[in-house]
Amino acid sequence: MADPANSRAQPSGATGVLVLADGTVIWGKGFGAVGSAVGEVCFNTAMTGYQEVMTDPSYAGQIVTFTFPHIGNVGANPEDIESKVEGAVGCVVREEITPHSNFRARDQFGEWLAAMGKVGLSGVDTRALTRRIRLNGAPNAVIAHDPEGKFDIPALLKRAQEWPGLEGMDLAQRVSREKQESWEGGYWRLGTGYGRAPRDAKPHVVAIDYGSKDNIFRNLVKAGARVTVVPAKTTLDEIMALEPDGVFLSNGPGDPAATGEYAVPTIKALLERDMPVFGICLGHQMLGLAAGAKTAKMHQGHRGANHPVKRLEDGVVEITSMNHGFAIDNATLPEGVEETHVSLFDGSNCGIAIRGKKAFGVQYHPEASPGPQDSFYLFEKFVGSLG
Amino acid sequence: MPKRTDISSILVIGAGPIVIGQACEFDYSGTQAIKALKEEGYRVVLVNSNPATIMTDPEFADATYVEPITPEIVEKIIAKERPDALLPTMGGQTALNCALALFNDGTLEKYGVQMIGADADAIDKAENRQRFREAMDKIGLESARSGVANTLDEAFAVLETTGLPAIIRPSFTLGGTGGGIAYNKAEFERIVREGLDASPTTEVLIEESLLGWKEYEMEVVRDRADNAIIICSIENVDPMGVHTGDSITVAPALTLTDKEYQIMRSASIAVLREIGVETGGSNVQFAVNPKDGRLIVIEMNPRVSRSSALASKATGFPIARVAAKLAVGYTLDEITNEITGATPASFEPTIDYVVTKIPRFAFEKFKGAKTELSTAMKSVGEVMAIGRNFQESVQKALRGLETGLDGFNRVLDLEGADREAITTALSRRTDDRLLKTAQAMREGFTVADIHAITGYDPWFLRQIADIVAAEKEVSENGLPNDAAGLRRLKAMGFSDRRLATLAVRSVGVAGGLAETQARHSGLLHDTLRAMAGATSEEEVRKLRRKLGVQPVFKRIDSCAAEFEAVTPYMYSTYEAPSFGEPEDEAMPSDRRKIVILGGGPNRIGQGIEFDYCCVHACFALGEAGFETIMVNCNPETVSTDYDTSDRLYFEPLTAEDVLEILRVEQQAGELVGVIVQFGGQTPLKLAQALEDEGIPILGTSPDAIDLAEDRERFAKLVNKLKLKQPMNGIAKSRDEAAAVAARIGYPVLLRPSYVLGGRAMEIVDSEAQLDNYIATAVHVSGDSPVLVDQYLRDAIECDVDALCDGEEVRVAGVMQHIEEAGVHSGDSASTLPPYSLPPEIVEEMERQTEALAKALGVRGLMNVQFAVKDGEIYLIEVNPRASRTVPFVAKAIGQPVAKIAARVMAGEPLSAFPPFRRELDYMAVKEAVFPFTRFPGSDPVLTPEMRSTGEVMGIDRDFPAAFFKSQLGAGAALPNGGVLFVSVKDSDKAMILPAVQTLIEQGFKVIATAGTQTYLAEHGLPVERVNKVAQGQPHIVDRMIDGEVALVFNTTEGWQSLIDSKSIRATALEMKIPYYTTAAASVAAAKAIRAVKASQLEVRPLQAYYS
Repeated sequence: MADPANSRAQPSGATGVLVLADGTVIWGKGFGAVGSAVGEVCFNTAMTGYQEVMTDPSYAGQIVTFTFPHIGNVGANPEDIESKVEGAVGCVVREEITPHSNFRARDQFGEWLAAMGKVGLSGVDTRALTRRIRLNGAPNAVIAHDPEGKFDIPALLKRAQEWPGLEGMDLAQRVSREKQESWEGGYWRLGTGYGRAPRDAKPHVVAIDYGSKDNIFRNLVKAGARVTVVPAKTTLDEIMALEPDGVFLSNGPGDPAATGEYAVPTIKALLERDMPVFGICLGHQMLGLAAGAKTAKMHQGHRGANHPVKRLEDGVVEITSMNHGFAIDNATLPEGVEETHVSLFDGSNCGIAIRGKKAFGVQYHPEASPGPQDSFYLFEKFVGSLG
Repeated sequence: MPKRTDISSILVIGAGPIVIGQACEFDYSGTQAIKALKEEGYRVVLVNSNPATIMTDPEFADATYVEPITPEIVEKIIAKERPDALLPTMGGQTALNCALALFNDGTLEKYGVQMIGADADAIDKAENRQRFREAMDKIGLESARSGVANTLDEAFAVLETTGLPAIIRPSFTLGGTGGGIAYNKAEFERIVREGLDASPTTEVLIEESLLGWKEYEMEVVRDRADNAIIICSIENVDPMGVHTGDSITVAPALTLTDKEYQIMRSASIAVLREIGVETGGSNVQFAVNPKDGRLIVIEMNPRVSRSSALASKATGFPIARVAAKLAVGYTLDEITNEITGATPASFEPTIDYVVTKIPRFAFEKFKGAKTELSTAMKSVGEVMAIGRNFQESVQKALRGLETGLDGFNRVLDLEGADREAITTALSRRTDDRLLKTAQAMREGFTVADIHAITGYDPWFLRQIADIVAAEKEVSENGLPNDAAGLRRLKAMGFSDRRLATLAVRSVGVAGGLAETQARHSGLLHDTLRAMAGATSEEEVRKLRRKLGVQPVFKRIDSCAAEFEAVTPYMYSTYEAPSFGEPEDEAMPSDRRKIVILGGGPNRIGQGIEFDYCCVHACFALGEAGFETIMVNCNPETVSTDYDTSDRLYFEPLTAEDVLEILRVEQQAGELVGVIVQFGGQTPLKLAQALEDEGIPILGTSPDAIDLAEDRERFAKLVNKLKLKQPMNGIAKSRDEAAAVAARIGYPVLLRPSYVLGGRAMEIVDSEAQLDNYIATAVHVSGDSPVLVDQYLRDAIECDVDALCDGEEVRVAGVMQHIEEAGVHSGDSASTLPPYSLPPEIVEEMERQTEALAKALGVRGLMNVQFAVKDGEIYLIEVNPRASRTVPFVAKAIGQPVAKIAARVMAGEPLSAFPPFRRELDYMAVKEAVFPFTRFPGSDPVLTPEMRSTGEVMGIDRDFPAAFFKSQLGAGAALPNGGVLFVSVKDSDKAMILPAVQTLIEQGFKVIATAGTQTYLAEHGLPVERVNKVAQGQPHIVDRMIDGEVALVFNTTEGWQSLIDSKSIRATALEMKIPYYTTAAASVAAAKAIRAVKASQLEVRPLQAYYS
């Protein structure tokens, strides 16, 4: 499978490499953690928010190519973190990481990345790589960093080729919380940082964590809810025992069909009990599966902070943050499931509501972080409906 | 929402003449808007007094009024055309102010005209500082502590809350004219007075100083359905305190985290909603405290702006086009993003490169003016550059500026200077502060040192420090001889020329000699090459080619490659071959192609007129079936609109950058040739380098252009044709100059060779003045000689524009200047046809033009300047290329002169085009517009040095009416009565006499200084005497300040009298009193006042003149 036209001898000074499963070897400078990681190479077109992207569990099993050439200019800080669990395994950038300049920065991005155990590769024509992904789809690959520049390319290639890929992979289990947690963090404000959630807020939302971004819970708190976060495999009975007014289905990595094997029956049961439900991203896809729709892997996925979504109810356009490689196939929406939002880029499904029930979901990320905050109203809508 | 069907015709107001703060970006936006509205089937009526615009080409709007943009004139147009709607957001502050005046005086209501895009209340809310502040309070956004004052007392009351330093901004002025920063109470009082004066509403805003804070801009677009998107964020490298138009800026913002960016994003959208900008583009400016991120809203512009032009070019998102469609009712999701052709306009562009804008200044033209930058804009143009990183982007911008920079050139003044001197230099906000920053680093200043002095963000400083470090490496070790090493330097944006200079330094040749060695071969050359590897630009280029280090071209696609781009809009970059060969997206076509080189950043002497010609070349050659390829780096222009040419390269206009484009374009199809004659001096300077590489140049040969510019070769030709030139000579030293001047006889005109816009040109009357000129204005040497010309005092100057296909010659227009010879032709008013020359003189000039065109073998355009004195015709100069007057001539005679020229250059004969109509039953007057109010301290008297930034055209049935309109369009409303002040030099007295008499008959009261008063009284005119300033108070300036004087005729001769009378002209400027500094123009003004009553002026569209 190796494509000799796309491979060249190791240039002097190369301390990092990305080996694609098709045999393409991309040389550059390594940064961040020393070592290697396997995953699917995707691209993200957001110009800000690299730290949030790298800590978003939805990127588990992925290597993120940033299309914006300067990454790391604002350094890393302890606030702009979306999760403590595994997110993206590595990243590919065009420019070497520069010293940072921002009043909130604490660490250099490369050092922070190393502390997080993630591998970085710089000096790559990320635009060319992005165009390749657009044309050929997201490849599987191994990213490796060795300050000595010693790489066993055939071994790395073998590993990339043997990696099974995201399709059919249930990654949610790997990145979900192990224990139930009373969510205590509040919304971030300039100058004061994160607030604290009021203890006695009503209504009570139980959020199922399939690999969630913390900003979702902060937004639920901002909208007035008390939030209890539970692991992905929490059973229906356990959920009901918490006496929720509504259940939230989080975002997460991997194939919704795989995770859905255990999650969908629970969601179905919640719907049967007329429990109000709100899903984001993977949660949205699994809500769709529970309602009878089908999901499919997308060619290149949607990852960025500039994606226009049309709200069909009134025609308003929301600029949204997106990160998904699977989507609900809108041709498979059953009777009783209404399409509420569509992507203006490619017409793919971006939102559904189940008729006669207080249950809806969106494919994109209204919690932003990174990205525009146009869609916060969804949290208010959900929490407001819980009476 | 579909487009509105309740309106069918729309009036668009343009921005008028090019002035500082309002340049050709409004031609770009207006042209886009008109095209967009026409596409939708609306009838478009346009008013714009600027003939050099594409938007006023008669084929764009349905009715094109080249008329002054005043509420009175626009009301006449409305009465005649009865448009349903008025779009006021495309013509800058001029259009907004005019529309607001028409709303406030009830005109719009009277004629049932609805404002679209932004309504009167939204405009007022955005522009009225107090209302704006209240609106910001309402949505919880912080504003700077501030207050509004209408008097000096009120201003001092506000100062209590803001403290010093304080920023003073007058309301409703262009680019902040009259504003400034006050550090003490005396300065405060002076700036407040000036600001109150400059503001049409006598209002200033006084704000707490945010000096040193970071400054950002957001370009926002909103539609009727309340969808709002950010097109681009812009970060000013210059912190607060420098007008954003004068700041070096980058896009996107580079030093904000997502959380901070989103606060700004949400805030800017909230601002649009609260102000009530229903549809269209706006610009919101913020200041951010670098210590804690505290965010303050500075201002918003409820219209497209210079920044939206920049944002459009930076992202590929056509803001003006989209704004026009939104104004007629569409929503963003109904408009297609033409760059991808597949996605809607309702998205936020994302980019995968860095854009840098650097303004260009013209301080050298305004002697006596302060050169420090502040909150009043002073730059005359800008360059934009695109690179894959900041270093590449900023270095491309520096060389694209065309101010002699190849990158971060050394600042010789600071070389080896002591710390204190460098600190002082850095603390001044001068236009070259970024270069001084690099120099300070070479002198040992750290990033922290410089950050503390300048407030530049450390991120940018570290990037510059890296560049300086790389320079040092090359200076010490020479050029790398491996591809990776050289590529690393090229990816940092180093030009070949800069690398050559640095390489020479590596063998110990320093300073100016290194610069010279990098350019020329010389005796030392071979030795140097042996030691440094390469010493000239050409050699670095060869080395690059040998090592395979060449740029690739990437597309500007608005989406960072997420979607396929269908529009070939490109920039160059150096990519490492991290996998396979670096990917090049140029994909040249297999068509027959012509490359048109643009004019680069606007400057005095080379502005919109040349872009107009380039755009016409694109249009004409496209129509003739060629693929047109545009190269330019000026973001304000129509030529850099992605749909003007078939392919667009946004690149600096240097030999290196252009040759790389040609290399790629020649990989497929047939390069028919390159047009270098339309973009002014910029592309002409490249002709030799292109020829050397075997690139075909279309039209007149570079050799013929050189012949016309080479004094000796040209003199031979003139003799052969038996034409007459003013006596002249060339001098390589002070003594030679004095000898030549003595031979010719004073007065003489002195100038350095090879100049544009008459820089450092001066008339001197004596040897003493000649000495002064040599000492202060030029550096005379064997390499840069001074030209000495006989000065034909009081001669009438003429311009002739003609076309030639090598055989046939066609004169397009003969223009007679109003100001006498000696005033730069670009600064002179002129008429087409000539208003007072005998027909036989005009015919003789045409004959001489024909002879010259044939002798030079002109293919394309040619401009000839003549002077007529005592019935003799003198040939002043010939330029076998597009001239500044081409658009004026084209508008005046109603013929696409530049388009025909382009097609002739591509091989068609003139006989293929219908003949020009030469008998006009109307008169067109061009008047120049000056930026003197921006440069307090400079003298507004007209000289051989060009200082105008733009022009207007007055067109009417006769000379007085056309002249009157030209003055009105240029901002001088001629009075119909009041006090005329006259003070003229002796040689003008006879000429001025009938003019004064005319005005007395019109009811003017006349006052004059002693000599003039005596002369006029002797000729029986009732004239009161008034003291010169030197004669003590009460003097003329007192009378002017008291508002007593309505009109000033003031001519001077000799340096002393010039200095004595400077305060008169400065006061006239300040008090906005119409003034004339030549006798000829004074006479024309008197004629116009007699013949024309402003209220009776008639308006007529160009289309009616031509039919």
